Amino acid sequence: MLKSIGKTLLGAVFVGGLFVPHAFAETTLNALFMAQAAYSEADVRSMTEAFTKANPDIKVNLEFVPYEGLHDKTVLAQGSGGGYDVVLFDVIWPAEYATNKVLVDVSSKITDDMRKGVLPGAWTTVQYDGKYYGMPWILDTKYLFYNKEILEKAGIKAPPKTWEELGEQAKIIQDKGLLKTPIAWSWSQAEAAICDYTTLVSAYGGDFLKDGKPDFQNGGGVSALKYMVDSYKSGLTNPNSKEFLEEDVRKVFENGDAAFALNWTYMYNMANDPKDSKVAGKVGVVPAPGVAGTSEVSAVNGSMGLGITAVSKHPDEAWKYIEFMTSQATQNQYAKLSLPIWASSYDDPAVTKGQEELIAAAKLGLAAMYPRPTTPKYQQLSTALQQAIQESLLGQTTPEDALKTAAQNSGL
Amino acid sequence: MERKSPVFTAFIHICAILLAVVILAPLAWLFVMSISPAADLAAKPLRWWPQAADFSRYAQLLSRAENSAGAAFTASLRNSLEVAGMATLAAILLAVPGGWAVSRTPSVGWSLSMVIATYMLPPVALSVPLYMGLSYLGLLNNVFGLALIYLTILAPFTTWLMKSGFDSIPREIEAAAMIDGAGLLQTWRIITLPLAAPVVATSALFAVLLAWDEFFYALLFTSDQRAKTLTVAIADLAGGRVSDYGLIATAGVLAALPPVLIGLAMQRALISGLTSGGVKG
Amino acid sequence: MSGTWMTTRAWLLMLPLLVIMVAVIGWPLVDTVRLSFTDAQLVGTAGNYVGFDNYANMLTSSNFTRTLVTTTWFAVISVAAEMVIGVLAALLLNQEFRGRAVLRGLMILPWALPTVVNATLWRLIYNPEYGALNAALTQLHIIDDYRSWLGEPGTALAALIVADCWKNFPLVALIALAALQAVPRDITAAALVDGAGPFARFRFVILPYLAGPLMVALVLRTIEAFKVFDIIWVMTRGGPANSTRSLSILVYQEAFSFQRAGSGASLALIVTLLVTVLAVAYATLVRKTAGSAA
Repeated sequence: MLKSIGKTLLGAVFVGGLFVPHAFAETTLNALFMAQAAYSEADVRSMTEAFTKANPDIKVNLEFVPYEGLHDKTVLAQGSGGGYDVVLFDVIWPAEYATNKVLVDVSSKITDDMRKGVLPGAWTTVQYDGKYYGMPWILDTKYLFYNKEILEKAGIKAPPKTWEELGEQAKIIQDKGLLKTPIAWSWSQAEAAICDYTTLVSAYGGDFLKDGKPDFQNGGGVSALKYMVDSYKSGLTNPNSKEFLEEDVRKVFENGDAAFALNWTYMYNMANDPKDSKVAGKVGVVPAPGVAGTSEVSAVNGSMGLGITAVSKHPDEAWKYIEFMTSQATQNQYAKLSLPIWASSYDDPAVTKGQEELIAAAKLGLAAMYPRPTTPKYQQLSTALQQAIQESLLGQTTPEDALKTAAQNSGL
Repeated sequence: MERKSPVFTAFIHICAILLAVVILAPLAWLFVMSISPAADLAAKPLRWWPQAADFSRYAQLLSRAENSAGAAFTASLRNSLEVAGMATLAAILLAVPGGWAVSRTPSVGWSLSMVIATYMLPPVALSVPLYMGLSYLGLLNNVFGLALIYLTILAPFTTWLMKSGFDSIPREIEAAAMIDGAGLLQTWRIITLPLAAPVVATSALFAVLLAWDEFFYALLFTSDQRAKTLTVAIADLAGGRVSDYGLIATAGVLAALPPVLIGLAMQRALISGLTSGGVKG
Repeated sequence: MSGTWMTTRAWLLMLPLLVIMVAVIGWPLVDTVRLSFTDAQLVGTAGNYVGFDNYANMLTSSNFTRTLVTTTWFAVISVAAEMVIGVLAALLLNQEFRGRAVLRGLMILPWALPTVVNATLWRLIYNPEYGALNAALTQLHIIDDYRSWLGEPGTALAALIVADCWKNFPLVALIALAALQAVPRDITAAALVDGAGPFARFRFVILPYLAGPLMVALVLRTIEAFKVFDIIWVMTRGGPANSTRSLSILVYQEAFSFQRAGSGASLALIVTLLVTVLAVAYATLVRKTAGSAA
């Protein structure tokens, strides 16, 4: 009797054991995102909720840090046994992450549909040395935003096509007393300043590196910095730009305190939201201008990807999550603050509706995206450049000298 | 007593008002920001007093709805409480015997001096091996790991304060108890600790404030809701995508409340602790 | 009871504290010394022995000298201001006036405020577009245009010092006040009878009582100011143009942002050495002054 009960129990446990792992085993993923630009925290949370609803056996803990903390957090979490499984990474980091084995190579997981469907420019975000270190997720560049009402009041018919024109138009606005300082940038001593600088480097046809050695201290690289310094010194640029990050630029623009602002995709729909913005309905967007004879438009590659960390114990579930987050369906549904990586989405009325202007700018801007240098020593190079930009703006040194010093301190 | 001229009295009062304004104005502004609508805070000229007080941000930050910004904030509040509580308790437990030993046997005092001298070390000087060590022990992103490190910041202070406290308790009283046959632990329980209670309280207060305040190690060694403390959470808010300054201010008010309340409640103990610790130290 | 037993017992009582300190501070310090002679990376390579290369590179880099100067300015000015304002506030609080107890209670507030909250608060106050400081100064017609307090090298460090000072002078004040209250009344009265003026009374009667406690505050505050990280990290991250980058921030960048654990360790040890030398010199000096004043 006892024996048979025991057998039955044993059998039950055995049979149960077969099913339990599939039905109830719960995997917890830790994912690191940024609380800045692109998808909002709320967007990421509801995307994730949709994922966990579809995959009840996977739980995802979300962590949001400022962009400035994203790199260091990712690297530091490497040492912790319960570190992140999925991390958001900037286009400039794959070289370093691959070299230091922070991210795993996912080349084998990329399907043909992905290869064909995703815009070629987006793939550069996750590639290093011919390998894929994740999926592109945020396809982004800096656009020139303008306040239609202020331009109209100033009698300006069309937004600027060249950087020179931008200065002229800002001067008109300033002279008419509409705004004291019409242009806002994010020139704080941070990566944001490099993104604005890179946009200008692409406009002036400059190069960051030549044969692995710094080349920004010559030609277009110098012209770009000179433009920034001239714009700052002329008083057309809001002098507070030198302590602005993207969010400060947005705040100033939304408050109607800037006629022109360089910022990422996300500002378009945020500034058009009457709940927080005083300029809703007056927001214009065009690709960042070019330089006569050199370029039509300019753009920086500010894209970001999602990757799996080398310490993740659940790489398969992590990839499932990344697939979901980067899928065309998810991206089309949340296309207001960040545009999809999928080529066909740009012709999908569900995506383009209500933001035709942004899509039009994106078609030109995304095609012109200019990369920041790919090197494992990017952090050091960037830090040196940030210093050069700030010192030149503050008049502590000339753009030429500042960039020469930066080239020496770049570690390359 | 010196007779004070009316001019002098007026001068004293003006200075006192000035000092009060200097102390209170920034704090008052922090609170006003936390209850002002976002539009008021971006107004030019700035609106100094909200048209309508808005306490919704407090509800937002203290909400425990799953996967919300509030959940992240309350988790960090809980972590701060846990880490500060554990580290303080342990620091007192180390400080009582240590402080007493040095007070009664000055010949071991040099070891306490060495311990206190570690305060000079910049945390950055220890951070790399500590990071690797915690990683090895699986204590990164863990409240126990963080509390262990905080303990080494708090314990030198608490021990030093306790030593000063025991110094002011005459040995004769203890000696009398011992002659009556009381053992060491009994003597402490009956004589020493009751007399030293205010110093214990002050030491604990100092310890909690120190632990609550710590940022650098927390920044390096914690990464998510499981261990991230308030200071890091607030730095994230201030550095990230929160364009509503009121929300940052609200987080600041909430993070400041516990230490400020402790400080106010234990004012008397604090001042007596400063007298015994500071003057004789 | 024998002296040996007393000493043994004292060591036993100290043991738990000493074990923890050696494990959590002693060992990492030794390991930092080892790391400082290698080219170890934070993640990945364990590093090879490189001798004094890291030290040589660091000591000769312009970044280091510049950061050292910045940190020294920050430490000297903020600590000096905190001491002076703190003692003045203590002298004020030692007077009798209505509301004195309340005011004394208020002094606890800035000191109890977490450093990060303090930094965040002042960052909001200094905001160039919507900050309270710009608003107040323009509304009072002291300045015409909004300024970028944390964006100009000329004002950024000063703005940090004000924020640091506001939080820390109350501690000095409370310590000084406690000491002042220990000055026996009959001594001040006697000095008064002898016809000593207010400055002479402060110098010869009150200062000797203050010197000891103030020395403690001075040494503690100087060490803290030299190690400064939190307030700068939150307010400026070392900008603009690195004009507020402190030594601790530089070490963080080197070891964690650039992941060069080895050279970061060497820099951290240089900072440690500087702080130690400073603290010892300071303590000796102030102790001497205190001795001669008394």
